[in-house]
Amino acid sequence: MATQALHVVARSATTMTPPADAANTVAVAKLIDISKCIGCKACQVACMEWNETRPEIGDNEGVYDNPRDLGAGAWTVMRFNELENEQGGIDWLIRKDGCMHCEEPGCMKACPSPGAIIKLSNGIIDFNSDNCIGCGYCVQGCPFNIPRISTKTNKATKCTLCSDRVTQGKDPACVSTCPTKALTFGPKEDQIKAAEERIKDLNGRGYQKAALYNPQGVGGTHVMYVLPHGDKPEQYNGLPANPSISPTVGLWKGIMKPVALIAMAAAVLTGVVHYAVKGPNKVEDDHDIKA
Amino acid sequence: MTSLGPTFGRGSMTNHWADIKNADVIVIMGGNAAEAHPCGFKYVVEAKAKRGAKLVVVDPRFTRSAAVADYYAPIRSGADIAFLGGVINYLLSNNKIHHEYVKNYTNAAFLINPEFGFKDGLFTGYDEAKRTYSKATWTYQMDGQYAKIDPTLQDPNCVFQHMKRHFSRYTPEMVSRVTGTPKEQFLKVAEMMASTAPGNKTMTILYALGWTQHSIGSENIRTMAMIQLLLGNMGMAGGGVNALRGHANVQGITDMCLYSEVLPGYLSSPTVADPSYKVYVEKRTPKALRPNQMNYGQNFSKWFNSLMKAWYADKATKDNDFAYDWVPKKDGAYDVLDIFERMHQGKMNGFICSGFNPLASVANKNKIGAALSKLKFLVVIDPLATETGEFWKNYGEFNEVDSSAIQTEVIRLPATCFAEQDGSFTNSSRVIQWHWKAADAPGEAKSDQEIIAALFMKLRDMYKTQGGAFPAPILNLTWNYKNPMFPAADEVLREISGKTMAQIKDPTGKVVLEPGDQLTGFAQLSDDGSTACGNWLYSGSWNKQGNMTARRDPTDTSDQNLGQSANWGFSWPANRRILYNRASADLKGKPWDEKRAVVKWLGDKWGGNDVPDMRPNAKPEENVMPFIMTAEGVARLFAPAMAEGPFPEHYEPFESPLAANPMHPNNPKAKSNPAARVYKNDMAQFGSAKDYPYVATTYRLVEHFHYWTKHAELNAIVQPESFVEISEALAKERGIKTGDKVKVTSARGFVKAKAVVTKRMKGLDVDGQKVYHVGIPIHYGFKGVAKPSQLANTLTPFVGDANSQTPEFKTFLVNIEKV
Repeated sequence: MATQALHVVARSATTMTPPADAANTVAVAKLIDISKCIGCKACQVACMEWNETRPEIGDNEGVYDNPRDLGAGAWTVMRFNELENEQGGIDWLIRKDGCMHCEEPGCMKACPSPGAIIKLSNGIIDFNSDNCIGCGYCVQGCPFNIPRISTKTNKATKCTLCSDRVTQGKDPACVSTCPTKALTFGPKEDQIKAAEERIKDLNGRGYQKAALYNPQGVGGTHVMYVLPHGDKPEQYNGLPANPSISPTVGLWKGIMKPVALIAMAAAVLTGVVHYAVKGPNKVEDDHDIKA
Repeated sequence: MTSLGPTFGRGSMTNHWADIKNADVIVIMGGNAAEAHPCGFKYVVEAKAKRGAKLVVVDPRFTRSAAVADYYAPIRSGADIAFLGGVINYLLSNNKIHHEYVKNYTNAAFLINPEFGFKDGLFTGYDEAKRTYSKATWTYQMDGQYAKIDPTLQDPNCVFQHMKRHFSRYTPEMVSRVTGTPKEQFLKVAEMMASTAPGNKTMTILYALGWTQHSIGSENIRTMAMIQLLLGNMGMAGGGVNALRGHANVQGITDMCLYSEVLPGYLSSPTVADPSYKVYVEKRTPKALRPNQMNYGQNFSKWFNSLMKAWYADKATKDNDFAYDWVPKKDGAYDVLDIFERMHQGKMNGFICSGFNPLASVANKNKIGAALSKLKFLVVIDPLATETGEFWKNYGEFNEVDSSAIQTEVIRLPATCFAEQDGSFTNSSRVIQWHWKAADAPGEAKSDQEIIAALFMKLRDMYKTQGGAFPAPILNLTWNYKNPMFPAADEVLREISGKTMAQIKDPTGKVVLEPGDQLTGFAQLSDDGSTACGNWLYSGSWNKQGNMTARRDPTDTSDQNLGQSANWGFSWPANRRILYNRASADLKGKPWDEKRAVVKWLGDKWGGNDVPDMRPNAKPEENVMPFIMTAEGVARLFAPAMAEGPFPEHYEPFESPLAANPMHPNNPKAKSNPAARVYKNDMAQFGSAKDYPYVATTYRLVEHFHYWTKHAELNAIVQPESFVEISEALAKERGIKTGDKVKVTSARGFVKAKAVVTKRMKGLDVDGQKVYHVGIPIHYGFKGVAKPSQLANTLTPFVGDANSQTPEFKTFLVNIEKV
């Protein structure tokens, strides 16, 4: 899609007012159409090439999934699941896993380090490792179990939706390489319309419950799926049916955050006391730190 | 290729990649396009999304293609003819054929020699000792020059009636018994195929090595070719029989004769039975079998003579029979299996192995290793350090050899890879596409043409200075390159495309081309020595306008969104995108489907959305039939060129889990392909179901490409280690859990790998017994960065298809145990 000016609209552990111009940015989305995906892993390879990550050459553990899990070097992986269906046949459900770029991101909510996680005006959630303290709260905060802490750098890592490419008007690397166009990228509104067309086609092929996965529990996502079995997202390797940010994200933070903050700049220490006293159950609490 | 030629006249994919999007039904069988051709698979996805096409997959495993299919049916490996023969029976007995098409565009009406017959699994003329057929009775009834026909299709000796009788034995019950496909699933697939019998519906079939790598491989493809003829799907947009080639340039390799059966452009090689040019050309120049037919093969002498002019220029003249005596005459088979059999017998001194890793890619790795050990020298020209180049080196259990006992001198010449040189690829669609050098090669790597040129120049020099037994073919070879030590790729393509040696005039006497001009196309070729052309099929790929293969205009040149893109590269023959496209219209020249019109009669000529596969001014009433490369003018349901019979018949693989062929339980001679060549020592190395009870099949993974990408880190990351796939039931029977290390053993050796236990494979009920498959990906070896492994072809049998000698990699017997 066309190049557009992007703005940071939210930062972890920071109170800020988005620039007025940010409201003009078109929200984007990557649509993953599982009914078109053949699990070829070209997206994984493109991701590693563009982002210059190289996980270890692993082992075969009796499954097609490799690397076996997301990691500092693997920001997206294909997850394969085999099921016997009600018709007596087989479903081989293959899902490209990676950051969902939530509209209301649990990682950012959980993150105690100012500016380690940012949200861009087009919806992309990006990590800034210069500000990351490696505390792992984002891992706990994510309802999709996506971020991983690098054992080498001790920083949190995940898919950036190729924010660097998108800024230049290019599609994310995974999208540009996908041979079957199971992955597409563009304005979220258009993507939702395209998904509706796909769902009609799938309904006609006997997938009565085909659906768009754009879960509202996290305010919708900027990575969405077309699921042939839309009523059973869990079948796709545990894609949560109703993801939401766990209330314990806030609670957990209340207990652990002071420990983490010791490592942070002295400037925020005052805020810590205030924060601990006031109780951390609400999103606004983050803002109070610097209030 | 050895089945499509005898059926349609040309041996290649009939339609093209983008055309797959025009299909109503897409069948993937004998292949796994999503796995092996993920980029081309986009057109399957497009047909589904935009046309509402239905995708059907038939395979022993529920594959990646099946993951996005509308319907999947399992089948026992090696039983495809039984399945497809059953489909033919279904179409004929349920009257689901395209009658007009079958009657007019196939040899259904042709009358066969009354002596022809089929009994107990054998056709007439079988010679058991030689394992070959005399084809004396596999002939048409003649009336003078022409074959007799019965347009009513009622004569008991007409092809149609023979075919009906032959396939009547393939009942749904028999199909299920032989294939293990449940009857209702077979019938569902047959019904989906049959839905394309109407003229406005088409089905495409995508297949690959899953059909070719069998001892009955060519007949597998033949059977589907017959189905496509019965349904009237040949020549149609969204139809065809589409052979998906396994390398970017395999089509180019076969077109350019990098195998011994043919000269460039599929001109059949001379043999010792062709002592003179006259005999050679006469034997290969067919006479039309029906009136008014184009019988394009009658131009053989023009193609051959022009080839000889390309090779020998003014040294090839009428007086020396265009240098016919300088062309090698085959005195036997020189296919890949035969070469290694000779080597194994110690009959070869040296072997130049260029872009080829036979230790990994030819059947029975241990035999190949033993054969290479008998050479005096082996030259390996490759960009990678291949297993073949180190066959002599001990890699522990991955290559257990005694290096001290091997005397072969191995010379390794590092070569460039495709991105490090200019050149062309010819893809499955017959589209020749130029590619440009993208990067310098590392180190001392040299391009193939540089290496071969250096070798040639040295040899020629030696012949010049020292003489030799037969120097003429070497000394007289044309070698007019700017730099004789490094012929440029564009110079070579110009030669292949062809040029004039004299003025060429049109019928009115106007000069069209001056001497030395690039030819416009093969219609200009002549047998009088006035044209030179390295491959008649490629003629016009570099014409007076320049390099047609370098064109990159993706614009769809059709007016119906058919994806024709006539200005992208150059599609042989004559930039025609869909072969036999005259058959997309009825006798009057009206398209069967107006919405997908490929060509039509425009009142004074043929035209439309493709280059017509027809004489442009052939009026419909002249009855010039669409299959211009056959002497009949029509396609052959009855194809006498096939080695094991003019009709396909199910034969068991050479290693079969069954005691007999269920079609012919009482005739052991008809258990496996009666005409397949088997060497004595290899027969002894076939295993039986008693020792090796499971059916193994080998295949590719999308993450890898042959034995190359295990050298690449990213590919190794996404699929790092050798594995085999088995069903849950077999795993239970053998006490294996997913992720366990297992040992798979055949009569020829073993491989160790991880077990992937999967629901995607099931035991099949075949002829009263349970048959389990073991799936074996081929990509791993002892060189590269992926985890080291034995080569998968350690297991595979050294027997090939009776027509192409393609080894039977897809079906053999193994045992499996936990390590």
